[in-house]
Amino acid sequence: MTHPLTLITFIPLIGMVLILICPKGQEKFIRWIAVLFTLPQLLIAGWLYANFNTSTTSVQFAEHYAWIPAYHIFYFLGVDGISISMVLLTAIICFISVFASFTIERGERGYYALLLLLDTGMMGVFVALDFFLFYVFWEVMLLPMYFLIGVWGGPRREYAAIKFFLYTLLGSVLILLAMLGLYYYGATPTFDMVELAANASHYSMTFQRVAWIALFIGFAIKIPAFPFHTWLPDAHVEAPTAISVILAGVLLKMGTYGILRINFSILPAASHEFAFWLLGVVGTINIVYGALCAMAQTDYKKLIAYSSVSHMGYVMLGMAALTEAGINGAVLQMFNHGTITAMLFLLVGVIYDRAHHREIAGFGGLASQMPMYAALTGFAFFAAMGLPGLSAFISEVLVLIGAWRRYPMMTILGAGTAILTAGYMLWTFQRIYLGPLNEKYKGLADLTPREFFMLVPLAIIVLILGVYPHAILGLLGASLNHVNQAVLMAHAPAAAILP
Amino acid sequence: MEHPLTVDFVRWIVLLPLAGAAINFLAGARLQRDFGKRVISLVGCGTVLAAFALAVYAWAAMLALPPADRFMLDYLWRWIYVGKLRLDIAFWLDPLSMLMVLIITGVGGLIHIYSTGYMHEDESYWRFFGWLNLFTFSMLVLVLADNLWLMFVGWEGVGLCSFALIGFWYKELSNTAAGNKAFIVNRVGDWAFVVALYSLFTGLGAAGHPTLVIRDVAHWAPALAGMPGYFGMSLVTFVTLLLFAGATGKSAQIPLHVWLPDAMAGPTPVSALIHAATMVTAGVYMVARLNFLFSMAPATMLAISTVGTLTAFFAATIGATQNDIKKVLAYSTVSQLGYMFAAVGVGAYVDGVFHLMTHAFFKGCLFLGAGSVIHAMGGVQDMRLMGGLRKRLPITFWTFLAATLAICGVPPFAGFMSKDAIIWDSFAHGQPALWALLWVGAGITAFYMFRQVYMTFFGEFRGTHDQAHHLHESPPSMTLALVVLGGLSVVGGFVELPGFIGRFDPFGNFLVPVFNSPATRRVAQSAIENRGLEAGFGVLSLALVAAGWFLADLIYRQGSASFEWVGEIWGGALYRTVLNKYYVDEAYAAGPVAAVLETSRASAWFDFHIIDWIVNFAATLAVFSSWLSGRLDRYVVDGLVNLVSNLTLEAGGRMRRLQTGSINGYLYGILAAVTLALLVRAVLRA
Repeated sequence: MTHPLTLITFIPLIGMVLILICPKGQEKFIRWIAVLFTLPQLLIAGWLYANFNTSTTSVQFAEHYAWIPAYHIFYFLGVDGISISMVLLTAIICFISVFASFTIERGERGYYALLLLLDTGMMGVFVALDFFLFYVFWEVMLLPMYFLIGVWGGPRREYAAIKFFLYTLLGSVLILLAMLGLYYYGATPTFDMVELAANASHYSMTFQRVAWIALFIGFAIKIPAFPFHTWLPDAHVEAPTAISVILAGVLLKMGTYGILRINFSILPAASHEFAFWLLGVVGTINIVYGALCAMAQTDYKKLIAYSSVSHMGYVMLGMAALTEAGINGAVLQMFNHGTITAMLFLLVGVIYDRAHHREIAGFGGLASQMPMYAALTGFAFFAAMGLPGLSAFISEVLVLIGAWRRYPMMTILGAGTAILTAGYMLWTFQRIYLGPLNEKYKGLADLTPREFFMLVPLAIIVLILGVYPHAILGLLGASLNHVNQAVLMAHAPAAAILP
Repeated sequence: MEHPLTVDFVRWIVLLPLAGAAINFLAGARLQRDFGKRVISLVGCGTVLAAFALAVYAWAAMLALPPADRFMLDYLWRWIYVGKLRLDIAFWLDPLSMLMVLIITGVGGLIHIYSTGYMHEDESYWRFFGWLNLFTFSMLVLVLADNLWLMFVGWEGVGLCSFALIGFWYKELSNTAAGNKAFIVNRVGDWAFVVALYSLFTGLGAAGHPTLVIRDVAHWAPALAGMPGYFGMSLVTFVTLLLFAGATGKSAQIPLHVWLPDAMAGPTPVSALIHAATMVTAGVYMVARLNFLFSMAPATMLAISTVGTLTAFFAATIGATQNDIKKVLAYSTVSQLGYMFAAVGVGAYVDGVFHLMTHAFFKGCLFLGAGSVIHAMGGVQDMRLMGGLRKRLPITFWTFLAATLAICGVPPFAGFMSKDAIIWDSFAHGQPALWALLWVGAGITAFYMFRQVYMTFFGEFRGTHDQAHHLHESPPSMTLALVVLGGLSVVGGFVELPGFIGRFDPFGNFLVPVFNSPATRRVAQSAIENRGLEAGFGVLSLALVAAGWFLADLIYRQGSASFEWVGEIWGGALYRTVLNKYYVDEAYAAGPVAAVLETSRASAWFDFHIIDWIVNFAATLAVFSSWLSGRLDRYVVDGLVNLVSNLTLEAGGRMRRLQTGSINGYLYGILAAVTLALLVRAVLRA
């Protein structure tokens, strides 16, 4: 296959155009066009997985063409161990979220067109290796998300969408400034991330610090890291199910991916310096504080949203550890959180579609009415709790085992949060699914085949990665250890230490 | 030991119950509907019994090996290979795990068969067997794991199954609350357990041998001696203390014992299998498994024996006040687990494991007997509403009595061999205070057990007429397990006779290769040996057991003595305190649980009212400043006009450059514009 990365990125865009020119009155085909143009993505992702060379740290499937030569801007795509798992995740989540969108009943044309545009943007972020191109995709992703929440969302959709938009825009501006700084102050003016990483030692320490912080805030908003996280619960509560799935499944990972791809690779010395406070401490706050906030929620979806805040904290802590176990655990956790949280939001959507509310206290005893639904929810909940044998356990253990040597107290807090997580998860499960059946919901139907076939593949992935995590870990090791080593070895340039 | 025998059949011991679970969970509902419960029974019991048969085969294979080489390794695949961490999915069969496998599949198999009778009327029969099979699988993973993380998979896996089976009748909210409590309290212990593994791995790494494979840890453990740990402790002490904290969760020791009595909400076979015979002994097993590490930490050992002894004593006192037939047995289990910890805590690993085995026999039998009684009583568990059942349930009665004599330590029943050894061990290892508590505890045990026997089986029936009419002995599927376990309660102890009777200890000999590390041998050698004294102490124990029995007889059978005055001590405060389990539950609810809930509410408040407020305020500020700058612009008209004209000129200049004459450029532009227009239209329509 030639140009697999261009194909995987732009195939949805063709679908978008077809949807937009689809004749009036044929709207029922639109959703199938969306299916048709996300499926190849999944297949190409599978092909990439099969053909990925796990032993090299260099960029694979690279495509390198001049784009705006005057400014050294290239159309440069490629994947390595940092991004391959995210490409897989994006393909899986996007395909499933198309099916999750089948409940959308108004403005289907615009909805699916934006969904596919969003898909291209997300995939592009993970495969772009030219910073300028990366930034273009980053921005392309922002607008469809804004409309998807603001137009197809819940009652407070406009507030949530604007909040998401402004917050992310603020982050984008900071990333843009840092990008231009890297370009102008570089050894040679370039946006090529591989080249930038190779010349990492060129930047003065002061510049590294400033650029690092700007980039960090930009990415931290996406993760979302404390205290930039409050857009997330609002966005999730208002977003339609499929968009929540994408938001939690893929979008949040861009924050941590950006930190790995840009902060760690291009600014290793500053990464070394800030790892403790801005990744370790903030990550630990995310873990504990997110879990505490989740426990107090009364809205099912908001609770899951806060659990995301908590679980993304492990990714930050793992990166902060600067150990092989920590950084591999962090990226594995990104993947696992993507699949598990996607399940959780799909499950919330199932009950919201039927009961039209999400008040935890308003349910009760659903297990007797919807046994299949309750069983899959139980599975997803225990996966989110990090039950050994399921995927999140592996990544959390790797993160914590990696973090222990440098940050024993943070590790103890991170490990202890497993109690809080079990507390709010089991409590929620009990209130919604167990006990006597709430008479109001006597007639609810169990999972439809569509819902079933969205959830089960994710469950299978979660189970397989619990007993055979090597399926993902094998892809990551070489590149991640390389990046980690670079950060560990990074010393501030002598000139920068002096005033 | 360097080159263990590589085999490929051990995996099937583990995988058979897993297959049973998979079939029951994935197809059970349909199978039960189309082919009846018999198919479910066949899958559920068949897989476990097949695993038992295989375990017996493995045992025979092991006995054929010379004692020093009785280790088998069954490697499946690489599990986690990251950095220096190298963990496989692999099973390690040595004499200790062999014993556990035989108990789990043997006693477990019997309880599976029992369940076919006990659960026969339940509509979710398939779900019950699915969880029971999955439990068996998890427990086997726990004991057979070749590394500590795999052990932890089983460790939490059994917790999951315990959670699901306690709340099996989930329509009753209190059952699910008990399940939640069990899981969350266990997670507190697991917290300590995982931190122990992190520090153990890092410590071994610092010594140059990063590993968590149990046999390698055993090999390199001496390298940890003297290594500093955390909080002023040596590393070994830190690690072992945390591991023991994990054990207090799983094995219901003070202060994490609170979940086990509540766990009685589950169906009785679950109480027998999980909350008496197997899962709750996992902590004891873990300490015995890692004896090479624990023996290196005298401070931890002291903590273990003290906590075990205190638990043994206090749980026994609570047991003496309960009226629920299962609650008595639950506290009795907590107490007996305390005896096991008292043993391993002084370094008498063999006796601890021995008691683990005999306890599986007699406590399994007691719980199943209680289940048989509850079955006959139509669900009633209050002993005050029973009485005189021995005539109507003869098999249940006789087996229950045999198990009672065993747990009380009446010679020559199984419990005498194991428990008396433990009581002596604490003295022999120089812990007279612990000995005294264990000794008194044995007396209380005899009291509460015979109190239970008399209240349940003797006297006149105190239930309703309707119940009396329906009293019946349980079906053969249930009595089979009673008879086998009752029989084992009688003869199961003859594999290890007390030292003062004579040297006959095939059980201890079998386990010798496991408890053979230098540190463990040192601890074992510190015990005093005095056959005469040991015999004397045995007689002392017997005297107290007889006294407890006699007292129960006086009060609950003859009714000739009343001890109401006991309830009046300190204005009844003492009795109320014991009856209410020393108010530990209340203390937890008012302390840590309330604190967490309050912090959680405060965090959510802070998130909404402070952080989000700042975000919204910043947005408002931005809107205000843009309004302000708009105003400024309007009043600085000249500047604006100039700006506009300048901009126009500049834009014109720029636009000129667009006219490049390149067709490609135009096409891209048109495509982009059309796409954008279509998008905008679609959005506006929606």
